[in-house]
Amino acid sequence: MGGLTVRAMLLRMINGASLQVREPATSVAPVNAIRRVPTWALQWSAAAGTLAIVEVLSRSGVLTEHIPPPTAVIGALADAVSNLAVWSRIADTMMSWAGGLLIAITVGVPTGMLIGSSQRVYGSLRLVIEFLRPIPPIAVLPLAVLLYGSGIQMKIYLVAFSAFWIVLFQTLYGVRDVDPVARDTVRAYGLKRSDQFRRVVLPSAAFYIATGLRLAAAVGLIVTIATELIVGSSGIGYAINQERFAGNAAAMYALVVIAGLIGVAVGAGLRVLERRVLHWHSAHRKGENS
Amino acid sequence: MLEVQHLSKTYGSGEAAVRVVDDLTFTVKEGEFVCIVGPSGCGKTTLLKMISGLMPATSGEASFDGELIAGVPETLALVFQEYTRSLLPWLTVSENIALPIKKKHKREDCERLTREALHAVGLDSFSDHYPWQLSGGMQQRVAIARALAYHPKVLLMDEPFASVDAQTRSDLEDLMLGLRAQFGITVVLVTHDIDESVYLADRVVVLGPSPTRVVEIVDINLPQPRDQITTKELHEFANLRGHVMRLIKQRVDSRNGAATLS
Ligand SMILES: Nc1ncnc2c1ncn2[C@@H]1O[C@H](COP(=O)(O)OP(=O)(O)O)[C@@H](O)[C@H]1O
Ligand SMILES: [Mg+2]
Repeated sequence: MGGLTVRAMLLRMINGASLQVREPATSVAPVNAIRRVPTWALQWSAAAGTLAIVEVLSRSGVLTEHIPPPTAVIGALADAVSNLAVWSRIADTMMSWAGGLLIAITVGVPTGMLIGSSQRVYGSLRLVIEFLRPIPPIAVLPLAVLLYGSGIQMKIYLVAFSAFWIVLFQTLYGVRDVDPVARDTVRAYGLKRSDQFRRVVLPSAAFYIATGLRLAAAVGLIVTIATELIVGSSGIGYAINQERFAGNAAAMYALVVIAGLIGVAVGAGLRVLERRVLHWHSAHRKGENS
Repeated sequence: MLEVQHLSKTYGSGEAAVRVVDDLTFTVKEGEFVCIVGPSGCGKTTLLKMISGLMPATSGEASFDGELIAGVPETLALVFQEYTRSLLPWLTVSENIALPIKKKHKREDCERLTREALHAVGLDSFSDHYPWQLSGGMQQRVAIARALAYHPKVLLMDEPFASVDAQTRSDLEDLMLGLRAQFGITVVLVTHDIDESVYLADRVVVLGPSPTRVVEIVDINLPQPRDQITTKELHEFANLRGHVMRLIKQRVDSRNGAATLS
């Protein structure tokens, strides 16, 4: 294998298949060999490799002491999982997160449907909504603290505020994106407006709302933990801060990993739920005849 | 029973006003199969939307059994060209068919009507499938079954076979002729396909380019039952087809000529 070939292969691995590298015909075989390895195996190898590199760098002292070796973090993670106090912190975070999301959904979905189903209402409220939406939720934090103190109520309020706009907008888009042919069909068949709404508008909007939920859940978790970090209300964010003050880098990262895992788990759960409820949607169909 | 008198439609207003339908007058008698044929963009869909009460006319009127059509009449059923969008993907085939009649009938009657309609279009065993699991031709059959189960006095169809392949198209044309013979339904079918209109209709309403007017109403006295091969081999078929083609071509040419001159 010539030098050029190795370089070309490396470039390919870095830049992906999009890179056009002129290479001699002999290089085809090894590249194909790599392509035969399943993607998941490559992904896990890359992850393991990255961890191994960090481990070596950390242990050899190249990195600062603030970045502990991954094996130490895994050890701390095992400790944390067997610690009841940590679970109670996790519960605090999850509760304010879930509470905020619930409020955002119960207010956001009906509001979106109400505004979205009337061209006039939508038109007149657009300016107000477009102005309020881009406000970063954290910017409202001082107001939330003034109103609700630094407890769980304040966190719920902030999560609800940040998730509300996402849910509202997705619902609005969903309601306004009902297929005109489907709408005309049920109108021509004389369905009452309430039935048109229940049978056509609601299911059409469901896919948008589901996407909104996943987005809102992700943003909601960020807001919850950020609030705990800043204000110091009980939860994973606060626990992370405590470990920082105590100088336990490994324990701190263990909590960060836990927060990440929660986010991934909830996201995956919502995805599974969506696939079941919206199995008919073109994004989830099985056995489609094309 | 269906009377259209001096119907017109102008989209927009002021500077941006576009007169799409200029002046249409024709009638459809009970039990008749009327095809409305005209060039693409001449306002055929616009006409059907006014007749079905989905959209108000700018002037003129459409009446049904002597009653002016204002809202959506209860006795009309519509079949659109876009079957994939007209059938609701979250409902199964039988749920789609039952949706318009659910509130009108008892549950058993609703189920019976659905079953009969599915049988009439030859899809008995597909009631629990989702529309998107079926081929295009089968989906359009479902849409037709939904219309049949509704037992409309008039069945309005907007280019129903324009998005299926040639073989499926002639199958569906024959299905419509069979259903008409079997149930005696009144059908108004809009198409831009001259062959199709002559093959199916008792009368063909020929429309000119937009702003559209009725160019001529052609009686089609071809023998029934019709057949894709023998009917189309008839001298009479060729003559009628040629006649309708000439009517449309003249109008389109003279309009294009005027456009190049101005
Ligand atoms: N809602 C609308 N607003 C403005 N113009 C329209 C609207 N619907 C249709 N048109 C125009 O009217 C003309 C006729 O449209 P249509 O009735 O769909 O024709 P056809 O069904 O014969 O192809 C077209 O030029 C189209 O662009
Ligand atoms: Mg059309």
